[in-house]
Amino acid sequence: MPTTPLDRVPLWRRPALRALIFQALLLAGLVALIGMMINNALTNLESRGITTGLGFLTERAGFSIPQTLIDYSGDSTYGRTFFVGLLNTLLVSALGIVAATIIGFAVGIARLSPNWLLARLATTFVEIFRNIPLLVQILFWYFAVLQALPSPRQSLSLFEAFFLNVRGITVPAPVAQPGFGFTQLALALAIVVVVSLAFFARRRQVRTGKALPVYRLGAAILIGLPLVVFVVSGAPLSWDVPALKGFNFAGGITVIPELMALWLALSIYTAAFIAEIVRSGIQSVPKGQIEASRAISLPGDITLRKVVIPQAMRVIVPQLTSQYLNLIKNSSLATAIGYPDLVAVFAGTTLNQTGQAIEIIAMTMAVYLTISLVVSALMNVYNARTLLKER
Amino acid sequence: MSERIDPPANPPVNPPSEGHLVPRAVATRTEMLDPRPAPDMRHGVVGWLRTRLFNGPVNSVVSLVVLAVLVWGLTPLVQWALIDADWIGTTRDACSGEGACWVFISARFETIVYGFYPDAARFRVDITLALLAALIAWLVIPRLPAKPWVGAFALVGFPIIAYVLLLGGHFGLAYVPTREWGGLMLTLTVATVGIVGSLPLGVILALGRRSKMPLVKSLSVVFIEFWRGVPLITVLFMASVMLPLFVPDEVEFDKLLRALIGIMFFWSAYMAEVVRGGLQAIPKGQEEAAKALGLGYWRRMGLIVLPQALKLVIPGIVNTFIALFKDTSLVLIIGLFDLLAIIRSGLTDTNWLGFATEGYVFAALMFWVFCFSMSRYSQVLERKLHRGH
Repeated sequence: MPTTPLDRVPLWRRPALRALIFQALLLAGLVALIGMMINNALTNLESRGITTGLGFLTERAGFSIPQTLIDYSGDSTYGRTFFVGLLNTLLVSALGIVAATIIGFAVGIARLSPNWLLARLATTFVEIFRNIPLLVQILFWYFAVLQALPSPRQSLSLFEAFFLNVRGITVPAPVAQPGFGFTQLALALAIVVVVSLAFFARRRQVRTGKALPVYRLGAAILIGLPLVVFVVSGAPLSWDVPALKGFNFAGGITVIPELMALWLALSIYTAAFIAEIVRSGIQSVPKGQIEASRAISLPGDITLRKVVIPQAMRVIVPQLTSQYLNLIKNSSLATAIGYPDLVAVFAGTTLNQTGQAIEIIAMTMAVYLTISLVVSALMNVYNARTLLKER
Repeated sequence: MSERIDPPANPPVNPPSEGHLVPRAVATRTEMLDPRPAPDMRHGVVGWLRTRLFNGPVNSVVSLVVLAVLVWGLTPLVQWALIDADWIGTTRDACSGEGACWVFISARFETIVYGFYPDAARFRVDITLALLAALIAWLVIPRLPAKPWVGAFALVGFPIIAYVLLLGGHFGLAYVPTREWGGLMLTLTVATVGIVGSLPLGVILALGRRSKMPLVKSLSVVFIEFWRGVPLITVLFMASVMLPLFVPDEVEFDKLLRALIGIMFFWSAYMAEVVRGGLQAIPKGQEEAAKALGLGYWRRMGLIVLPQALKLVIPGIVNTFIALFKDTSLVLIIGLFDLLAIIRSGLTDTNWLGFATEGYVFAALMFWVFCFSMSRYSQVLERKLHRGH
């Protein structure tokens, strides 16, 4: 078969050239599309009398928010509402991640239980909550369960200190008395000691092969040291116990029902997915590993801690992180029940009041995008470190 | 625990002891009988209970606790949902108030299915739903032939037919604007359009991400990572408040269409990642062999690589479908009346206040039935397609 030298191939059939032309056309099309969109946006904004830019962030917001972690009032700026919303998003996400992890691991391990009843119960839990939309679950907890609770006057109470009613759950609030600073100082000191202990123990094990009971020792220091200082300094802490005054409770800390509903729904929904991840992670450890560990007569708990868990975690952790990211993104459903998260406060109320759709949606998306990208970057580092070292 | 020795199935006849003349047939035994086999505790109900529930003290306690929790939790639930519930009637008075009032659902069942779709045109929804059901059944039942053609029709022909039937305005069908759509019919519309739209877009994005052209590759990566990094809610907000700003003022942009575009883009990014997983699992030699045969890019992909890759990731694709289906409920936040929103709006009806539990339980049940059957199907497929390579 005669071969054609490259310089005799017609121009339009050369792959490199075709790729170049295709990309040039793509770029031109993209630039044209974006240009058209910007042009349209400018015209539309002008005809609606909206000024572009971030100037609105310094204007007075003038609406109140039911739950704020930082000082906020109607006189605060729109910029402040952004941070109030962001902190509320982070609060419910953090609470949800902790609860979902605990429930998820418990259910995932229960699914592998030799006890038929327990395993079936765990499977049922997973199949029910995984297959119902999160939004339905949030609305169910909020409107069907929490809104059906009694009014503050008929609160369900525990020890006359914890109260549950339609306005949320009210618990005693700790109030620091003078001298409590010593306990805080002791806690900080304990953390430093435990971190250096862990560091020292690892180096000692590398050098001598002898392990220290780091977990037990660490826990003892972390709890014991502040506790001793607390008692010695005369227990300088009092409790602000809530009491019924008029139609509502005064004193104590109240967790608003929106937060409770969102927290419950997010934790249970995500826990169902985490349970599946944990189960598949544990099942992915080859049986031979456990048998080999038993053959060199390692005790059961060491087998679990040093053989099964490290290998299972390599499978579990990346998927777990993506579930955490999902949970953070899903917390934006807060807006359906009026929990004041970033989307509800900023992309909802602030957007409606100012009409700055482009800036506000872009800022909101940027927040979630930043969180996602940072977590994925950390995940890549973790993956690189725990990758199987192939010979 | 005492060691239990299983006797052999057929105990050998005792060998004759030495020094005795044994007659050929005896009327009386001269030796002891062999012991009967111990009752086998691994079989039967009792054995099942012993091995699965009560092997050891810890497990026994766990079993009893779980049993107690089940009885304690399920009894009131069954009592409320089935035994004390009211099923028949058309008004609130039919409900005694002790158990669930399912009359709330049955009285507005038509609205839950059709939304505000005009009565006279509801047969069009029926035809579309029947066609959809038939197509799905054809694709799911393994024995039926011509699956690729039916699949292609479901992806290309069916959406056109459904569009003409539901929207109307052609062939003498009355025009029904999308603001009158609602209920289950809208949920299924959003889900179907999302699925049909996001799969091809996802395949193209996945191919783009593996492209050797730097611009195509980076555009695909940015597109995928952007949509995967933001919540669907912000995408829907964007579609409902930001998108109208980007088109000329005189163009009327349907609200449902805007939401559909947002949903399609959002899920195509997830689909792209699933498909990419499949593409990475196909050995490079496959594509190189196709290249050696002189096939061009699209033929290499369309005939050699994609059929193998897609087959590998069918379970992942179905899982994405499930997630998409569940998330169609989010359109209620931008004011579309899907299944959940219709039930919610029923809860604010002054004639029917106080049935939030019934409403949400029913909505949950509807979504659950669809999602659970899809997930079961995906598991069956996974087992069927797993050839143990």
